[in-house]
Amino acid sequence: MDWFTSHLDDVWRLSVIHAYLAGIPLLLGLVVALPLGWLARRFSWAYPPLIIGTGLLYTLPSLAVFILLPGILHTQILDPVNVLVAMTVYTVALLVRTVADGLGAIPDDVRLAANAMGYRPVRRLLGVELPLAVPVISAGLRVAAVSNVSIVSVAAIIGVEQLGSLFTDGFNRDFFAPIVTGIIACGVLSLLFDVVIVVVTRLLTPWTRARAAS
Amino acid sequence: MINDIIAWLTDSAHRDDIVQRLLEHLQYVLLATVIAAGVAIPAGMWVGHTGRGKFAVVNISGFARAIPTLGLLFFIVLWLGPSLSGDLAFLLPSLIVLVVLAIPPILAGTYAGIDEVDPAARDAARGMGMRGWQVLFKVEVPCALPLIFSGLRSALLQVVATATIAATVGLGGLGRFLIDGLAVRDYPQMASGAVLVAALALVIDLVAAVVQRFAVSRGVTGRFRTRRARVAVGSTAESPATAESPATTTVGTAH
Repeated sequence: MDWFTSHLDDVWRLSVIHAYLAGIPLLLGLVVALPLGWLARRFSWAYPPLIIGTGLLYTLPSLAVFILLPGILHTQILDPVNVLVAMTVYTVALLVRTVADGLGAIPDDVRLAANAMGYRPVRRLLGVELPLAVPVISAGLRVAAVSNVSIVSVAAIIGVEQLGSLFTDGFNRDFFAPIVTGIIACGVLSLLFDVVIVVVTRLLTPWTRARAAS
Repeated sequence: MINDIIAWLTDSAHRDDIVQRLLEHLQYVLLATVIAAGVAIPAGMWVGHTGRGKFAVVNISGFARAIPTLGLLFFIVLWLGPSLSGDLAFLLPSLIVLVVLAIPPILAGTYAGIDEVDPAARDAARGMGMRGWQVLFKVEVPCALPLIFSGLRSALLQVVATATIAATVGLGGLGRFLIDGLAVRDYPQMASGAVLVAALALVIDLVAAVVQRFAVSRGVTGRFRTRRARVAVGSTAESPATAESPATTTVGTAH
């Protein structure tokens, strides 16, 4: 506890970096996964290659990705961009399937009703299908958020600073306080992400509450 | 960069080293996954079959996902290491971490698979006069296999990735190339190690997918239907990534 109170500034600074390295890729990954997931659902020939391809990306061990990306992107190994790109790839890998399944779970009646009301395909997608898929997509996003927070800490091994640096620091000095602090801070951060996603989902799906109230 | 990696991998001076590290890695992965499955599959079956302890299983697997693997690894090595001597000082704690990380996905997959079995199938089995354990092994487990496999495959990937990371605390395996290369700024060695680990992960997942294909009944996957029907059921358990139902959310883990 003494260690924590005397290093509050450090912990806060690392938490902010960690939140940035884990959070930005969530948004970028969602932006990339939405069209890919739609593609997989819209054209049945696109489903297997997209789902298998993104599934394979997710099998790549994180440390290997952190080391290979600098060679592919021609960046320095310590550049945080590598971590942002790696986390975006993992987020896309998790979300493409979620988006495709979320869009696929919409009942045909709903689609036909939208057609009958004069919705054209693009407006139907954005105004009817996507909103209805929000709960499924947000469930996937919650998994990705927790997984990102954990994976980012691995980047401490190659020297990119974030909460994981507390682990390497504590290990090198045979000292439990930074490690325990880091684990708790990671837990708090995943919880925060989770709360934000749940709140945004609630705001985006007012009909679920109307149904519960009636 | 690609030339460097090819040059490093094909250098005959590295061959014995690569084979040895690969076998070590495989050994850790299999040992940890077998122990974890030995604990998690029976436990998941029991919870799924009796419905007792559901709350605990769901929460344990959710909680476990939020623990950063690197922090857990360092914590357990620092905690247990001093009381062990020689190679065991890092080997045993690392193995414990690998097992601990492999249990939640397998447990969640097994439980979810059995919990989601169609109640009508269960009732029919009872109606045919099957006893509890017959219902479990003849109906529930075969129906749950796709999700059990999905949990096992998540666990395997998690263990391959974490065994790599465990090289930082002195464990052998392919992670050595990454960590030792990092220490002396030998990028070709690090990158080659990374390629080997990635390839190992892909091959292990592929092998698991093939085993799954032969182990899971066609009655469960619907693979014997015509091509059109297969597309209509959403390519149920056809390919590596399409095997699971909504329960993937409970099964997926971080690297």
